[in-house]
Amino acid sequence: MSEYTADEMMSIAAARALGEGMSCFVGIGLPSTAANLARRTHAPNLTLIYESGCLGAKPTRLPLSIGDGELADTADAVVSVPEVFNYWLQPGRIDVGFLGAAQLDKFGNINTTVIGSDYHDPKVRLPGAGGAPEIAASCKEVFIVLRQSPRAFVDKVDFITSFGHGTGKGDREKLGLPGAGPTLVVTDLGLMRPDPETAELTLTELHPGIEVEQAIAATGWKLKVAADLKTTPAPTDEELTLLRSLKKAGE
Amino acid sequence: MARVLSLGEAVAELVHDGDTVALEGFTHLIPVEAGHEIIRQGRKNLTLVRMTPDIVYDQLIGAGCASKLIFSWGGNPGVGSLHRFRDAVQHSWPVPLEIEEHSHAGMANRYVAGASGLPFAVLRGYTGTDLPAQTDTIKPITCPFTGEQLTAVPALNPDVTIVHAQRADRAGNVQLWGIAGVQKEAVLAAKRSLVTVEEVVDELEPKPGALVLPTWAVTAVAEVPGGAKPSYAAGYYERDNSAYQAWDLIGRDRDEFTKWLNELTGVKA
Repeated sequence: MSEYTADEMMSIAAARALGEGMSCFVGIGLPSTAANLARRTHAPNLTLIYESGCLGAKPTRLPLSIGDGELADTADAVVSVPEVFNYWLQPGRIDVGFLGAAQLDKFGNINTTVIGSDYHDPKVRLPGAGGAPEIAASCKEVFIVLRQSPRAFVDKVDFITSFGHGTGKGDREKLGLPGAGPTLVVTDLGLMRPDPETAELTLTELHPGIEVEQAIAATGWKLKVAADLKTTPAPTDEELTLLRSLKKAGE
Repeated sequence: MARVLSLGEAVAELVHDGDTVALEGFTHLIPVEAGHEIIRQGRKNLTLVRMTPDIVYDQLIGAGCASKLIFSWGGNPGVGSLHRFRDAVQHSWPVPLEIEEHSHAGMANRYVAGASGLPFAVLRGYTGTDLPAQTDTIKPITCPFTGEQLTAVPALNPDVTIVHAQRADRAGNVQLWGIAGVQKEAVLAAKRSLVTVEEVVDELEPKPGALVLPTWAVTAVAEVPGGAKPSYAAGYYERDNSAYQAWDLIGRDRDEFTKWLNELTGVKA
C-alpha cells in the first residue's frame, strides 16, 4: 500500500460515498474533487450537476470553478441558472447534494456567511450562500466534506446559511423541508453520521491510523462515538493513482 | 433598436451615479472591461447587483464606486476571498458597503420576476436559514391553492444591466453561447442594457442552442475584443486562472490595490 495524505484519504472516502447511477449536485473544491474521482473509479455513470447550468458534466480534468468551460464542453446539456435551480433542483430530482462548509455544527447546519455573532459587524465575512441553502433543502440527501478542526466543527454555527437538522430530529419535517438533509460528513479524520434517534452527528468511522482522541480533540462539541465504530478501508493504489492524476491535470 | 457605441460612450450615457447596475456573467463572459470603464469614469454610490460578484466587483468596490451590493456568493472562484469586499464590509474601506444577501436560487428568481414584469417570484427556499432575518427582501407567502408556506422575493429591475457576449451584427442583434448564467434574465429585467461583444460581424452565423438577444431588447452594443478577460469567452479565449490567483495578492493589500487602481485610471502615484 502506498503512502497517502489525510486530504487524499478524505477525498477518496468522500468519493466512495457516491453510488453508481446517482445524480449529484456538486459544490466546487473538495466535493468536486470527490465527485470527479467517483466517476473515474466505481461510479462511471454518476451524473454531475453544477449550478452554472451544466447537467451531466464529464470533465477530463478538475474544474477550477463551477463555471469552468470544461464543464459546459462535456455536459449533456447546458441550461440557464434559473432553470437549474427551478426545474432540476427544487422539485427534488437530484439524489445527493455535495457541499463544503466554513463552519458545521453538531446537527449538520452549515455556515458560509459570517464568523462572529453580529452579522453587521462580523469577525470574518465569508462568501455567502451561493446555491447551498436550496441544495441542502431539496436534494434527497446531503453529504458534507471538510477538514476537521474545533474552529470548523462547532457546537452551534454563528449563522445558519444552509439548514441541516436544526436543533435535532424532526426539525426538518416541522419546516416541511423535502430532503433528508445531511446523512454523511466526511473529514480528514473519519466519517460522521446523524444519530438515528437525535440527529446529532456521531463518529461512525475513523480513517486508518487515526485515534478516537484525535477526532474528539478536533471537534468543538463533545463528540459522540458510535458503539460499532469502524475503520475506513485505506485508499487502494488505483484510487490514489487516479486521484493524483486528476489533481495533476487540474493544475 | 440597439445602437452600436464605443465602450466609453455607452458607459457615459447608460450608467449614472446612484444607479442600480448589474454586470452579470457566471464565470464565463464576465463584462470586466465595462467594469473597468465604470471605474475610469468615476461612478459613485452604485448599487451593484450580481449573483457571483468576483474580482471585477472587488475592483469596483475597492475603487469606491459602490455603496450597496446585492448578491448571493462573493468570492474569487477557485482561489478564495474577495479582500476589497471584505475590507469594505468589515472596515468600511474606502467607503461603507451595505449588503443585501440572497441565495443563488433567490437571486435567479428575482431576475426572472424582473424579466417577466412581475412584482415578485415564488420559490421553495431559505426555509430554516438565518438569511430572511437580515433582509426585508425575503418574505413568507402562502400558496393560495395548497396552503403551502413558500418564499417570496421581489423582482430585481436594475437601471442598467451589462453583459458580455461573443458577437453582435451591425443591427445590434446579440448572439451568446456556452454557459449563459442569468444574463438573459438580467438584460430583460433592466430598464437599459449594454452588451459588450468580442466582435461586430455583418451576419450572425447560426449556432445551435445559442441565445440571441434581438436588437430591440438591447439599448447599446459595444465592440470590446477581450472584454471578458481574465474570464473567458467560449470560442474566443480561455480563462486566465493565473490572473485570478494574482488578484489575491493585489486585493489583499490596500497599497497594492491602490497601485493597481492608479495604473488603471492613469493616475501617477
